[in-house]
Amino acid sequence: MFEAIAFYLFAALTIAMFTITVMTSQALYALTAMAAGMIFISAFFFILGADFLGVIQIIVYTGAVMALYAFGMMFFDTTRTVVEKRDNPRVIFILGVLAATLVVFILVSPIISTHIEANYPINAAMGNSETIGLILFTKFLVPFEIAAVMLLVAMIAGIVLAGKKMDKSLTLMAEEEIALMSATQAKPETEEGAH
Amino acid sequence: MEITLAHYLVLSGVLFSIGLIGVMRRKNLLMLFFATEILLNATNIGFAAIAHYHGDLTGQMFAFFVIAIAASEVAVGLGLLIVWYKRTGKIDLDIMTSMRG
Repeated sequence: MFEAIAFYLFAALTIAMFTITVMTSQALYALTAMAAGMIFISAFFFILGADFLGVIQIIVYTGAVMALYAFGMMFFDTTRTVVEKRDNPRVIFILGVLAATLVVFILVSPIISTHIEANYPINAAMGNSETIGLILFTKFLVPFEIAAVMLLVAMIAGIVLAGKKMDKSLTLMAEEEIALMSATQAKPETEEGAH
Repeated sequence: MEITLAHYLVLSGVLFSIGLIGVMRRKNLLMLFFATEILLNATNIGFAAIAHYHGDLTGQMFAFFVIAIAASEVAVGLGLLIVWYKRTGKIDLDIMTSMRG
């Protein structure tokens, strides 16, 4: 009973938040609505008994990813309304129909696959975090290490891409200075990228 | 009134459709990134629900790796976006037409 109430409440909230994210023309509204939606999604993980996943969802998504987006939005002009030109609404209609058929397939798929055997069964005697730690560091050790290397590569890429010329503030300079700076920088950077 | 696996999968599909519509609608690259995050979260709900109803932890493990991939995607994508914004001053998909075939 309480599970049903929680499910419907959080389902309605999540769908509303993500609809705002997709439909709004203000970047800040989209960001805050998505942060709220991420926290509501972690509620589903807690209902489903995946406690560790729920905590990771809050820490990584609303803690790290949203903070990164908020940091990135300081570079962009976000106070302005986002103007988007749409010249082909028919494509959106066709792909919306495609998405609806996808929902039908997702509905049908558990009926097709009724006899699934559990490879790594949930052990009732151990807690969720303990079981996950046990499986992650035995059966999933190689993917775990590969994910670690991938995160390292992503960190280096982020530093190299965004960390250049951080000493110059584009917001405190006049328009002419920015134009002059980008004109002088454009040439050597393109040559650098060529080889 | 019991919540079954189908309820969660319907929710996952609805959220995935919202994200898909967002990917198609958006021309601003930052908003496009938001829509991809919605797609990844929708699949995570499906993974966790199947893990719970089949008593198998593999779904939760996959959800962890999806989260790790999402985090690295954001780091690299935002870095590229900042570089592009410093060069051109706009993050609009329509003006990214430098590679004409």
